[in-house]
Amino acid sequence: MTSVLAQVTDAAKGGDVMVAQNIFFAVIAAIMVFSAFRVVTTKNVVHAALYLVLVLAGVGGIYVLLTAEFIAVVQVMVYIGAVVVLMLFGVMLTEARLGEDQDLNNDYRGPAVVTAASLLAVMGFAVWDYFEDAKLPDDSALPVQTGEWVSDQIFGTYLIPFEALSVLLLAALIGAIVLARKE
Amino acid sequence: MFLVQFLGLAAVLFCIGVYGVIARRNAVMVLMSVELILNAVNINLVAFGSFTENLGGHVFALFVIGVAAAEVGVGLALVIMIFRNKRSVDLDQVDLMKG
Repeated sequence: MTSVLAQVTDAAKGGDVMVAQNIFFAVIAAIMVFSAFRVVTTKNVVHAALYLVLVLAGVGGIYVLLTAEFIAVVQVMVYIGAVVVLMLFGVMLTEARLGEDQDLNNDYRGPAVVTAASLLAVMGFAVWDYFEDAKLPDDSALPVQTGEWVSDQIFGTYLIPFEALSVLLLAALIGAIVLARKE
Repeated sequence: MFLVQFLGLAAVLFCIGVYGVIARRNAVMVLMSVELILNAVNINLVAFGSFTENLGGHVFALFVIGVAAAEVGVGLALVIMIFRNKRSVDLDQVDLMKG
């Protein structure tokens, strides 16, 4: 697999099409769209959570393709490590049926399909119309996003939003405890 | 690579999430669909950050991840409280305010 990819990359050098990246993008995007579809259509709550893991991992892969390695690592730690576990706890504590459940969808599936499809049409047209030829800069031209750079930004330019986010997380923590504890 | 690849993928994810939020009845499933929407937005932020070579978009994506974590924590606490009061997480039955 690696050697094939290396050959493909070598063949693409000199051209302006980055074959390896595009192959990876296509594979990841296909997995993500399929899994996202299963998240909203499956009849099993636990399966939906597991498909959500695939989507979130795919998003991490997309971040790597966009040269945002640090965010990819944070994505894996926060989303796959914490949020999905929280979701599974929610499934467990609300005693959802572990298995097929026919009552997961309400009666608005038709309007929901229409809304989502028309939203996709509008957004797709707008994006395609404006960014049709926009190319991402070459990987080598992008500044490598190191942890040092990220910490410089967070504790420099974005210090006040960062502190606000810290207070928000504390408030959410206390709020969640107050809401969820027994009287 | 073209920017529109990433924007298109994000748009598809966003719309699938919107469908899930409207069509799902189980509150935990609605929260999962909200996560899909937030991740679609994050892909956009990171893609534009790389596109403009001004990596502030990446930092913004980190903030969105943090806010999403807070949102899931409070959201699941609310769902658990609704379950405790009604013995069900069916959102169609949460109609106390006749909305």
